[in-house]
Amino acid sequence: MSDSYKCPVRTFGRGIHPANDGKSLSRELPVRRAPLLENYFVALPQNIGAPPSWVVKVGDEVKKGQLLATPGGKVSSAIHAPTSGKVAEFLETPGPTGAMVSTLKLTADGKDEWTELPPPLDWKTASREELLQRIADCGVIGMGGAAFPTQIKLAPPPNCKIDFLVLNGAECEPYLTADHRLMLEQPERVLTGAAIASKILGNPRTLIGVEDNKRDAIDRLNRFAGEYGVEVLVLEARYPQGSEKQLIYALTGRRVPEGALPAAAGCVVQNVATAAAIADAVCEGKPLIERIVTVSGEALMHPENLLLRIGTPVLEAVRLCGGIREEPGKLLLGGPMMGFAQKNFDGMVWKNTSGILLLPPRLCVQYESTGCLRCGRCMEVCPMNLVPCSLASAAESGKMDLALQNNVLDCLECGACAYACPAHRPLVQHIRRAKAEIRKMKKK
Amino acid sequence: MNTLEAAVLLMGVTGGILGVVIALAARFFRVAHDPRVELLIELLPNANCGGCGKAGCADLARAIVAGEAKPSDCPVSSREAIASMSSLLGIDPGVAEKKVAVVRCNGDALHTKVAVNYNGVSDCASAALVGGGPKSCNYGCLGLSSCARACPFGAIEMLKNLAVVHPELCVGCGKCVSVCPRGLITLVPASAQVHVYCNSPARAAVKRKNCASPCLGCRKCERQSPDSFEVVNNLARVKYSSGTLPTPELVEAIGCPTKCLRSVSGHLEQERKEAHE
Repeated sequence: MSDSYKCPVRTFGRGIHPANDGKSLSRELPVRRAPLLENYFVALPQNIGAPPSWVVKVGDEVKKGQLLATPGGKVSSAIHAPTSGKVAEFLETPGPTGAMVSTLKLTADGKDEWTELPPPLDWKTASREELLQRIADCGVIGMGGAAFPTQIKLAPPPNCKIDFLVLNGAECEPYLTADHRLMLEQPERVLTGAAIASKILGNPRTLIGVEDNKRDAIDRLNRFAGEYGVEVLVLEARYPQGSEKQLIYALTGRRVPEGALPAAAGCVVQNVATAAAIADAVCEGKPLIERIVTVSGEALMHPENLLLRIGTPVLEAVRLCGGIREEPGKLLLGGPMMGFAQKNFDGMVWKNTSGILLLPPRLCVQYESTGCLRCGRCMEVCPMNLVPCSLASAAESGKMDLALQNNVLDCLECGACAYACPAHRPLVQHIRRAKAEIRKMKKK
Repeated sequence: MNTLEAAVLLMGVTGGILGVVIALAARFFRVAHDPRVELLIELLPNANCGGCGKAGCADLARAIVAGEAKPSDCPVSSREAIASMSSLLGIDPGVAEKKVAVVRCNGDALHTKVAVNYNGVSDCASAALVGGGPKSCNYGCLGLSSCARACPFGAIEMLKNLAVVHPELCVGCGKCVSVCPRGLITLVPASAQVHVYCNSPARAAVKRKNCASPCLGCRKCERQSPDSFEVVNNLARVKYSSGTLPTPELVEAIGCPTKCLRSVSGHLEQERKEAHE
């Protein structure tokens, strides 16, 4: 029996646990490095915040890891070439959300030659500024999904005292096993990244939270954690455990104030994949050009955890997994709860793409929604203690001010309410529209 | 004094005192009131559409009386109503060009592929948030009739998942303009009889893939009539502010290769025909 059973299991209360978490499709499969492809499509704003700007033009020969786009502001992140080759053209393609983005088509030359990488840093002796600069130069961003530039997250405002660095190994989304495999196969990379981040933040207590459906990963991490001064804590498998605020509460008992960043509660959260990317950037000088992606779903022939380069077309990733078993009912980038539904296979892997899911039609059952029953189940599961049913009806009837008064902007869009709703109301969709319209009004 | 006299006296005295109180109240708590505002409200259409930019018809009436607006600011009122308003106040009616809305897309279900089966909330703003909407073109009409529902005058008809404006019903209030998440709808002079029914800035090859009749930016119209058309960002536009608005005859002469340059009546007729196919 695993040692981790002796540890207390922490959680935030509320939330849901889907009966079929789909992780068994790919959890036992080791990460496989994808072979070199002919073309890569690197989209421009890989990060949230200011978009970077291209520094290459059509016809340029680039080496693997060479800078393609330079940060376009403070909250912005560099983009590097996933392989060596030639810049074929610039395209306008729809991103995961459907918004049009500028995309660079890179035709590989097959040599896969590295450019001259910056020298490895000894993180134990390097200064905080050197480390932050290196992380920025290597284009590291939050790989859990938010895509926030890591160097900004690791430099919280000086008036916030950081007591905790929290590493997010919860991976609460069903189906996804990319972080699980990373922690299991390369625990030292994750822990090195954690130690570097901890050093940058002035050595706060460093915790890594892993859900109790990944006992093997917990044991692996525990074997090395002591050397790096990291504590591994066990979390209950519960969605959305990996959400920043819920994770902080579960691990530290602190509550992030409404509308504030975790730094206000003395915490900084990093995804485990981001930690691994930090380790690569600092210890090897390697920019972020590849990541582990769970390519899964019952409609896929052979689900796998693939090490894919940024810019790999979704279609190629599906081909690498043996193609489709049946016509998928839904194609998602990300997990089934918060992932983005795609129109076709034209998408590509971004720095924050943790999964490519092909769900069969039988799992995409369409429900007729009825009126709200006032049963309150959505309130019982809402991790932010909101009242999703009234937020949704306010949005539905166009009363955006009422939705705003009831803190609609605090909604994570985790989808727990819609999952629990017996009337099958499209709660999250209404709330998302309200959030979009309120943001639009605020801009004006 | 019998009971009857006492009652009459009591009621008379009470009535007298209260009458004085009312007279005083009417004198000291009087609210200055302009009777012209009431008259104007009666002349205005009272649709409260907001097309004038004010909070409603009463608000516009107050603004006209205060001299901050002209009667012609109301896009709904007929010419006669505007004339009687200005004669009532003895002011200049103002000149306002009548404007109508136009949905700059011809991507009905026959022209634009429906890429996915969208079964979420039947509302354009919601659909636009899900992967860029159900249709293959990420710039065109989403076809979920949010604008038709918003129109207080019933001037927008949905024909095969495409919103089409009936210019004779449209008053140019602009309600549809604000609800369209794609920004497809604009207000144009009612005298303009020709529009480019496409709003996609994508490259021609991309547009061709997604739609059967997009504007390819071929500049055929611009070459034939540079005064009336300009091509910006792969997209032809009618120069509405220029003096020479294109005529339906000119459209015939130009012969747009993808037929997205259409006259208003031709567009309606075409979409009607396709809707019954």
